[in-house]
Amino acid sequence: MTEQGVRRSAEQVSAVAPDTASREAGSGLDEVVEQRTTGAGGSSSGSSSGSSASSGSSRSEAARRRAERRAERITAGCTELEQRLADLLRAGLAAAEQEGYGLWEETAARMVDAQAPGLASRVRELGAVPGSGPDWPVRLLEECALLHLLDQGWLGRERLPEGLAAAVRTRVGLPGRAQGPPLRDRWLVLAQYDTADARLTTRRVWLYGVASRRTALLLSYGAAGRAPDLALPVGLALDAEVSAFPGGTPRVALGERFGPPVACGARPEGVTTEGAAACYGEALRGDPWLESVPVTLGRVVPVPDGDSWWLADADADTALPLSPVARSRPGLWRLVALSGGAPVSVFGECGHRGFTPLTAWPGGEGEAVPVH
Amino acid sequence: MNGTPAPDLWEELVTSALLGTDRRTPPASAPGRPAPAALLDAAAEAAVRRRAGLRPATLPATRRPEPAPQDPRPALPPAAARRLASLLADRPAAGAGRRGTAPDLMELLPQWLALANAHGYAPPAHLLPALLDAARGRTDLRPAALRFAGPRGLWLARLNPHWRFALRATPGSGSGLPAADDVEGTARLWEEGLFAERVALLTAVRQRDPRAGRELLASTWATERAEDRLMLLDSLRTGLGPDDEPFLERALTDRSRNVRATAAELLSALPGSALAARMAARAGSCVAMDRTRGTPTLVVEAPHECDAGMERDGVLPKAPAGRGERSWWLGQLVEAAPLGAWPARLGGRTPREIVALRVADDWRSELHAAWCRAAVRQRDAEWARALLGSPSAPEAGGPGAVSLAERAKLLATLGAEERAGWVAGFIAAHGLSEAFQLLGVCAVPWAAPLGRAVVDALNIARDAGSYPWSFSGVMGLAERCLDPAEAGRLNALLAVPDEPEDASPGAGGYWAEAFQRLVTTLRLRAAMTEELTAPMPEASAEATTTAAAEAGSVPSA
Repeated sequence: MTEQGVRRSAEQVSAVAPDTASREAGSGLDEVVEQRTTGAGGSSSGSSSGSSASSGSSRSEAARRRAERRAERITAGCTELEQRLADLLRAGLAAAEQEGYGLWEETAARMVDAQAPGLASRVRELGAVPGSGPDWPVRLLEECALLHLLDQGWLGRERLPEGLAAAVRTRVGLPGRAQGPPLRDRWLVLAQYDTADARLTTRRVWLYGVASRRTALLLSYGAAGRAPDLALPVGLALDAEVSAFPGGTPRVALGERFGPPVACGARPEGVTTEGAAACYGEALRGDPWLESVPVTLGRVVPVPDGDSWWLADADADTALPLSPVARSRPGLWRLVALSGGAPVSVFGECGHRGFTPLTAWPGGEGEAVPVH
Repeated sequence: MNGTPAPDLWEELVTSALLGTDRRTPPASAPGRPAPAALLDAAAEAAVRRRAGLRPATLPATRRPEPAPQDPRPALPPAAARRLASLLADRPAAGAGRRGTAPDLMELLPQWLALANAHGYAPPAHLLPALLDAARGRTDLRPAALRFAGPRGLWLARLNPHWRFALRATPGSGSGLPAADDVEGTARLWEEGLFAERVALLTAVRQRDPRAGRELLASTWATERAEDRLMLLDSLRTGLGPDDEPFLERALTDRSRNVRATAAELLSALPGSALAARMAARAGSCVAMDRTRGTPTLVVEAPHECDAGMERDGVLPKAPAGRGERSWWLGQLVEAAPLGAWPARLGGRTPREIVALRVADDWRSELHAAWCRAAVRQRDAEWARALLGSPSAPEAGGPGAVSLAERAKLLATLGAEERAGWVAGFIAAHGLSEAFQLLGVCAVPWAAPLGRAVVDALNIARDAGSYPWSFSGVMGLAERCLDPAEAGRLNALLAVPDEPEDASPGAGGYWAEAFQRLVTTLRLRAAMTEELTAPMPEASAEATTTAAAEAGSVPSA
């Protein structure tokens, strides 16, 4: 891989997807495998339905022991990772630049062995940071520190409030399960986009509940190079039930659908740039590893500034910068054309790298336009 | 975004991390905690605090762009907007030789744009980037694409260096020119404008009022630079008339030879001009009837010198390499002489009779080629007809006196119907192998007789057993130019025919595929036209669903 290739993929990975594609993808693959095994278990239990309840309880006992063993391995992984981070800081990040990918790849492989795919993909990304342009030491220290925070979170998870503990479990890579009560609403499809790594294509679909005013995220996966099955048309609304994943994430699973998607004039409520930044700050309280939050800016104008762009409030002198990845995408020009210098509504992901626009609506009447 | 809480502390942390805690003690240390862990604790806290404290930046209103000007045109009907999106999304696959049965959508874009412009629709704003990208890649699309893109397209192009071509091209589109009655504005732009703006202004004024245009040019003529004079003089082609003669006559004495040549060319297109009369006299003295022979024959005596008078009238004295001087001069004289003078000179014969005359001593092709150029320059349909001859004549298909390129130009002087009829006759007699260039000058959609001639010829080519890609040029033209109403007549050709023994293997299948693509493209064009002509009422929910589902299934970039 050329250096340029590395840099671009690093930027795509870290900025296209808020909590980064491969991190989610890591847990996603895990999830796919998990579902397959439980599915097989289900059908075998169906065939031996006459067997006693004791086999059921022994199965759950076995599952508990499995979970325990896995937690132990993750704990061992975290401890080892802490040691590696300490060694790194003792020798200095400058030395890490010379070491290159090898060090990180090996550590990531150790985390895979420890059954902590979330840690593994975070570690793998660290390897790309030294080649990611000016100020890389700042970014590398931030990422190392957040990884350290995650290790510490796992090692001390019994003392954490339940929400934060759930966030830690998800980030480490333990598959959660959608357990929330079904919530029926007209779900407006806000955006749909794919990210891919060598193993997996991850599709994200952002939904907005017209009545509940909740923003929800559907994730679906396809094998490398293949599109995931779930496809929903942006701008239409779906009458359906969803149920939430634990840990206060926007992630949901799609339940029963009550008909095909239909046209819907609704748009998500918009906030100012100030409100969007505050939203992200608030969300970090429940999940400090969050890269960005979904948010709709109400009345903003894209403003050019050299090579970069701002989304400026139409009614105030405040503005958010576009994230680096959004600046180089062709969708930026669709957004600028749609605006024509006038206010538009923009749904996107707002985080510490800036705002990544995904869908926009013209100031007046008009349909949703994908702008990613 | 700015929100770093304690920049000094953070910088200290970064420095320690970079150098290593062994070499540099980090600022944050906790009793009993190893230095690296303490550093990471502090950095994690700082990182989360920084992220949580991010606030928007202040961006004064003065930094914001001027809004795009209003576009008064009505919005495209929804179905037409979706069609445009699909035409613009069709990128030819690299190195794909065969398209199968899928229509070549990019090739339909020029027609689509012409239709949309004819109806005066405004484009959907979000498709402007794709439209400008398409126009960037294909210069032939630019005039129509930029006209359709309108004021917002221009506004957008200013923000992206890739679309700078749109700014260069705009003066010709007429925007920004002073109004017809704005005498002062016109004069000021003419005096002070950039060259491209002045050319655009002159062309626009000339279109409205040829005399005013000429006078505008005359007002500054003496002070213009030679290369500017050449371009400006060329603008007089628009609305050229007998009143321009005195000005052009003066330009014949210009210091620049190119300006003189252009003035002479323009004068020769005015059959009543003095230059045309001088040329008629010169050309007439070179060509005469030989009455001494049994069959009436033209004899040619090419000029022996290029005198000062000829040179002043625009004859170039120096022949290109490989051409005889005398035939070079003769060609220029005959080309510039008014065609209307020949019948009187040659015994009252009609152009057709003149063209049929024998020509002595191998001068025939030289003389006929010069008449062809004259017929094109003077837009003389009767001479063009005579020179074209009968489309079914055996020599029409071969390399006769008049080349295919010249024929195509001659055809352009005829009316659309007559042109189509001639080319139809040509194809019926000679097939398609030489027809491509001629088809290119026919009006779109092709008139019924021409369309039928092309389809019949394709059918014959298929039955002859050759592969369809030998005719891919004509097939492509047929997809774009055949009247969509003909689609029904093609149904019989869609089946894979039994293969004759001497046919190329598999040719039948490829032909069926090619005809399938032709029919699909014609249906698409019919739908395209309908979407633009009859604005649909608000699209039904079902239609919207399907369209959006299609859009949604496209993997994102």
